[in-house]
Amino acid sequence: MMDTAVAPAAPDATVDWRRVLRVGLLGGAVALYVCLVGMVEVFQTRALVTGVITLGQTTMVLAGVAAAYLTLRGRAMDRRSAALAGAVAGAVAGAFPAVLVVLAEVVNLRAMFLHASPGTTAVLTVGLGVAGAWVPILALAVVGAVTGLLLTAPAAIQRPATAALTALLLTGLFAGLLRPPLLASSVTAGIGRLLFASDGLTIVGAVTVVIAVIGGRIAMRRASLRSRVAALPPARRRVLTPSAVVALILFVVWLPHGVGPFFAQVVAVVALYILMGFGLNITLGLAGLLDLGFVAFFAVGAYTVGLLTSTAEYGIALWPFWAAVPFAVLVAMAFGAFFGLPILGIRGDYLAIATLGFGEIIRILAGSDLLKGLLGGPRGIINIPRPLEVPPDHLLAGPIQIYYIGLVFALVVAFVAIRLRDSRLGRAWLAIREDEDVAEALGVNLVQTKLLAYMLGAAFAGLGGAVFAGLLGSIFASSFPLFVSINVAALIIVGGMGSIPGVVVGAIFLIGVPELFREFSEYRFLFYGVALIAMMLYRPEGLLPSRIVQRELHVPDADATAEGNGDGDGQDQPSRLAPDAAG
Amino acid sequence: MRASTVDRITEYAIAAFLWALRIVVVLVVVIGSLLTLSSGRYGMDTWSSLIVSGLTTGSVYALIALGYTMVYGILRMINFAHGEIFMGGAFAGYFVGTAFSSMGLLNQGPVVVLLAVAIMIIVAAAFSTVLALLVERIAYRPLRNAPRLVPLISAIGASFFLQYTFRGVFGAGIYVYPDVALLGQRVPIDFLRLRWVDVLVVVSALAMMTGLYLFVMRTRMGTAMRAVSEDKGTAQLMGIDVNRAIVTTFAVGAAMAGAAGVLYSLMFDQVYFFTGFIPGIKAFTAAVLGGIGNVPGAMLGGLFLGQVESVGPTLFLDGFNVPAVNQLKDVIAFTLLVLVLVFRPSGILGERVTAQRA
Repeated sequence: MMDTAVAPAAPDATVDWRRVLRVGLLGGAVALYVCLVGMVEVFQTRALVTGVITLGQTTMVLAGVAAAYLTLRGRAMDRRSAALAGAVAGAVAGAFPAVLVVLAEVVNLRAMFLHASPGTTAVLTVGLGVAGAWVPILALAVVGAVTGLLLTAPAAIQRPATAALTALLLTGLFAGLLRPPLLASSVTAGIGRLLFASDGLTIVGAVTVVIAVIGGRIAMRRASLRSRVAALPPARRRVLTPSAVVALILFVVWLPHGVGPFFAQVVAVVALYILMGFGLNITLGLAGLLDLGFVAFFAVGAYTVGLLTSTAEYGIALWPFWAAVPFAVLVAMAFGAFFGLPILGIRGDYLAIATLGFGEIIRILAGSDLLKGLLGGPRGIINIPRPLEVPPDHLLAGPIQIYYIGLVFALVVAFVAIRLRDSRLGRAWLAIREDEDVAEALGVNLVQTKLLAYMLGAAFAGLGGAVFAGLLGSIFASSFPLFVSINVAALIIVGGMGSIPGVVVGAIFLIGVPELFREFSEYRFLFYGVALIAMMLYRPEGLLPSRIVQRELHVPDADATAEGNGDGDGQDQPSRLAPDAAG
Repeated sequence: MRASTVDRITEYAIAAFLWALRIVVVLVVVIGSLLTLSSGRYGMDTWSSLIVSGLTTGSVYALIALGYTMVYGILRMINFAHGEIFMGGAFAGYFVGTAFSSMGLLNQGPVVVLLAVAIMIIVAAAFSTVLALLVERIAYRPLRNAPRLVPLISAIGASFFLQYTFRGVFGAGIYVYPDVALLGQRVPIDFLRLRWVDVLVVVSALAMMTGLYLFVMRTRMGTAMRAVSEDKGTAQLMGIDVNRAIVTTFAVGAAMAGAAGVLYSLMFDQVYFFTGFIPGIKAFTAAVLGGIGNVPGAMLGGLFLGQVESVGPTLFLDGFNVPAVNQLKDVIAFTLLVLVLVFRPSGILGERVTAQRA
């Protein structure tokens, strides 16, 4: 993030103090927000480096870094004034939490703000109480000054230092993920204990990470991995790609065994979401239909499998799991047709709301007394058999088999999706996404094409639901909240609409990573919200965009200025939706 | 040749399906109502209280719907976070009300109580306005010329952000609204089960809607807002500050939603971080129902949705001996939303506006 060095050319001693103040105030507002929303207090339970710094304190440090960075970004300054400006910005930002500490002591803020509590004060003042109200000011000033120094340092120092700090942050955050595989084998267990404590890095670990990163940086100075690969003779390069693929496959296969039972469940859920993401990717990514009721078909698939296989009260057929899966897909597809037919005449944002309504309708009906005799109401369907009946110590026991099954299905779906994308139908979808009217004028049958996209998405959601039923072994109406739809849509948007690797990245970031911070799950959707807004503001094409979308969203500005402040009527429809639904 | 036959068959199939849907809906409504009414299970008392509750929730929906409809009219964008603006107002009202309650102001005579409630509403409206302007500035304004899905997704993000911010700051618990003894009492009319709070909600909602209508139709700013929603480019050429008109639209809509938040919570006695979500979607339904972009339409749509949702479950479904009909309240509301989107996307008052604009 910080490699964009402040140009050290033409150093200028004058500091724009108004800017410093403004950014400092902004950083302070953010710091105050982080305190009040409770992150400081709640994140305190986990350490970044055990005994040195906790996650709660890290949030404050990051606020200071951000304030200083934003103050200095793009400014040419000599080292001393940069450090000074950073320190002032940090101090201004730190003043906000300091005021909070004092206020919380004087007034009973807690009646209103849950987290204006002694816990927060303790974190902010490193345990000194109100007498330590100066601590955040000083700490953030130091952080700001260091950031200023780092930004004006020569690249030879700045790059490795930034990399080391980033690596420290990441390894500290993901210590919980890195530790179990090390402890699993007796050879590496000692290393694991040396580097990681139960709640973060140890001091030894932190030093090791810093040395490793800086050492690595020095060892391969300049030559980035990519340029070295490019420098290889072609014959050796040809070997490289397959071996990378083999390594990746081995890693993916090894993953659930290496990370311990808890994370095996997590990776299974990620695999499930990848599967569903590929499904929604057809509807949303290719055809551009924002379906917020995806969970409806997920529920249909799960309930179908539940009804057909359950050995308990509501089971009706006692089928084996594998016989029920294709049936579940078909039923979900039929529901897709049933729901899709009426609403596909609706466009864009209206469709999102209509589908959201469907998701809610299905969920409420599943839990209602009306269908209680059929679906078990809130008590749900239990005793759904696992896809593979194996003894508990088997290699494929528990969530591990779901992981593999999810991945295999995901591969199949991805293959189908890619083949469809490159087909006539796929091009029709892309055309619809661009402009329905033009697509129709060019002979694309709108209703048929959209219906196919919707039904395929529904089918894959049903497949996901079927696997989900096998994963949990029991399903309830409450297993299908709106959040599932939002999760899937968000992972596609963050990953990159229409992009297959984007779905994988999105699922890892939005489903996998939050599971590692399960004790902070109350902030999960807060981060989703921020991620969605930030994504739309700065990178609407997603993290790993498909080439087409990227080209679309970064057309030369001529287009944007032509529309100017106008209604943006290029892709805008008339103010009333044409009542063409029946056609 | 083959393709066109397939096309024609799908076309017929779809038309047949849609007609079947219409017939089924009409049959359910008509037969269900007849069965319920002929069973005589419910007396005047039940119906009147259902209608009263429909009227009160309906007027709250109408107040929220105004914000959706005006923003959609001007930016062609669903302000998905509007429900959270409403929830923010309810929270602001809660804290003011609790303060008043601890001062003993809420147990005084009618004048003091009315003044206190008015202050709660005003503070809530102001807080919601600030919240909405922040959201507009950060999450919407930079995306004004982006493709349509982009601001919608940003709005969904803003909605989650606000919900979970409130959850973080105030906790996940349910806050019980301060008790206003006077408002809980029954209005002394024998045949109506009516509380004073219902009267307050309906009257203040009507007053605010009238005020808004006059503002939009009679003032310079209102005229500017209408001009911008017709055609931004031309409005700008006429010397209208488009940005100011947009910001005012957000502000006015948010103020209505904030006030609605207090009224809603006074009725249901509680508020928590998820309070805004379902009423938000319902109010959007109301806006679509009335014809989105149309101010009187939103009011009408809100009142209509309130009635359908309140009276509908009992009237349409009870006759079929459906158990626990009230569980299906939201199903009826969302079905109504889908039906309107399918069969009359221009809404109840849509046509008149289209004619005006054409």
